[in-house]
Amino acid sequence: MSVVLVVTELADGQPTKPALELLTVARRLGDPVAVVLAGGPEAAAEQLGRYGATRVLFVADPALPDYLVAPKAEAVTQVAEAESAAAILINATPEGKEIAGRVAVKLNTGLITDATDVAQDGSTVQSVFAGNWTVQASVAGPVAVIAVKANAVTPEPAPAAGAAEQAVVTISEQAKGARIVKSEPKQASGRPELTEAAIVVSGGRGTGGDFSSVEELADSLGAAVGASRAAVDSGWYPHAYQIGQTGKTVSPQLYIAAGISGAIQHRAGMQTSKAIVAVNKDPEAPIFALADLGIVGDLRTILPAVTQEIARRRA
Amino acid sequence: MKILVLVKHVPDATGDRRFADDGTLDRAGTDGLLSELDEYAVEQALRIADERDDVAVVALTLGPDDAADAIKRALQMGASGGIHINDEAMHGSDALATSAVLAAAVAKAAPDLVICGMGSTDGGMGVVPVMIAERLGWPAATLAASLGVEGNTVSIRRDADSASLTIEADLPAVVSVTDQSGEARYPSMKGILAAKKKPVETWTLSDVGIDPSTVGLDAALTKVLRTTPRPPKEAGRVITDEAGSGAAALTDFLSTGKYL
Repeated sequence: MSVVLVVTELADGQPTKPALELLTVARRLGDPVAVVLAGGPEAAAEQLGRYGATRVLFVADPALPDYLVAPKAEAVTQVAEAESAAAILINATPEGKEIAGRVAVKLNTGLITDATDVAQDGSTVQSVFAGNWTVQASVAGPVAVIAVKANAVTPEPAPAAGAAEQAVVTISEQAKGARIVKSEPKQASGRPELTEAAIVVSGGRGTGGDFSSVEELADSLGAAVGASRAAVDSGWYPHAYQIGQTGKTVSPQLYIAAGISGAIQHRAGMQTSKAIVAVNKDPEAPIFALADLGIVGDLRTILPAVTQEIARRRA
Repeated sequence: MKILVLVKHVPDATGDRRFADDGTLDRAGTDGLLSELDEYAVEQALRIADERDDVAVVALTLGPDDAADAIKRALQMGASGGIHINDEAMHGSDALATSAVLAAAVAKAAPDLVICGMGSTDGGMGVVPVMIAERLGWPAATLAASLGVEGNTVSIRRDADSASLTIEADLPAVVSVTDQSGEARYPSMKGILAAKKKPVETWTLSDVGIDPSTVGLDAALTKVLRTTPRPPKEAGRVITDEAGSGAAALTDFLSTGKYL
């Protein structure tokens, strides 16, 4: 069986949920081999093996964390060539897509970004034009480079060897052009990762800048918090939480839009959510056309009442 | 100093975007405009030009006749010249071919700095800036929330999920900017009038040394198999909140859907 290289991200030394999703996709296409762009910890191999990785290649090179993207793309390319990989799967994060683009140039092959599914024959599904169209596509080049969106599949355990190995790569001077001279860690919100959350509660202009009722409802549901571009541009919520064309795309089981009108740029980031609830004072807001349940009213009274009722039922 | 801004003419996102029978974007049947995300790139180039008097800002686009509108808008905003790569053979090209042509055009134009938007508002892959840099062997400082040039160095801030990064690269370099980089200016009346006299060159693939058989739909290494419009969503229930009925409806919805 041909090797399918899975570029794996770790968080706190363990594979992320989207990384495990890639392994589930990879098993459809061939023999999943994980590549971790860090020297360790080798303990991560155990979990990767549990989800189907036959081997786990750890790439240690001091250039990887010190320069932007290019060294990682060189590392992935060299490992893919050494393994004669038939496909390379990577998470469709901003960095993942940039690695994919560079690898496609190096291998002179086609690439597909933001796949929401990958079939056994390697064909992909993408959602485009703000979620209004679905595209099925495939790569005709020698190696299929596919960046897959988080939540594309549910990770399924499939015990495999998960044999840890160290892989050696050579990073060129040319790849060391964009130097990371400073890295200021951001404070974690303590809430689920936005793109991975089962429920997302988002606030927009209608919050008037007060996100407390949005955050409290989110916390009572174990949900992630998102924000519309209007709210972010007003300085009410950090850009990392922006949902839409220039922010994150989410596809949760449930999306609650509070005080968000639903401009096309926002719909592009949430239209594929399984269920949508909208709370907005304006009965003409376009978001209501997408909503399974729409409530015309003031989020500042409705959201706290729901949070309170949830607490009461649980008490 | 010469700054090349890459701009794309895209269908209006608020209009009815669709695919043609060959699986490519139907550009003829939709109104187009300069991609909103590229306006931020033009703006950043102009801000650098505003601060120093040795800067030429040239807008480069790749696309059919209508794409000239994207250059026109950049000129109206304040760019000093334009280059339009217009060649029928490009129809249906994938990111691989597009980046090859753009890299060849950048090499020919020989700028000190290339500024791009963070992605197009149509295809939206967001990979072409790094693919151009990869082909040229230039550094790429991408997804800049802010941008500055000092001497021979470009410095950006990139907001990743877990950290805010400061990145430096020596020129020549490729930079892409996000919508956080700063609001794009509107063309002034003076700018609109001045734009008419600014030089725009038209290049074909042979001008940049690319063999037409290596680009276009047939040469694409990414094949579109099928395009399907999303079925219209069934209208849901919309209620008006009265005396707590909204909260009750939402709580019921959460409870029935087993979200609690």
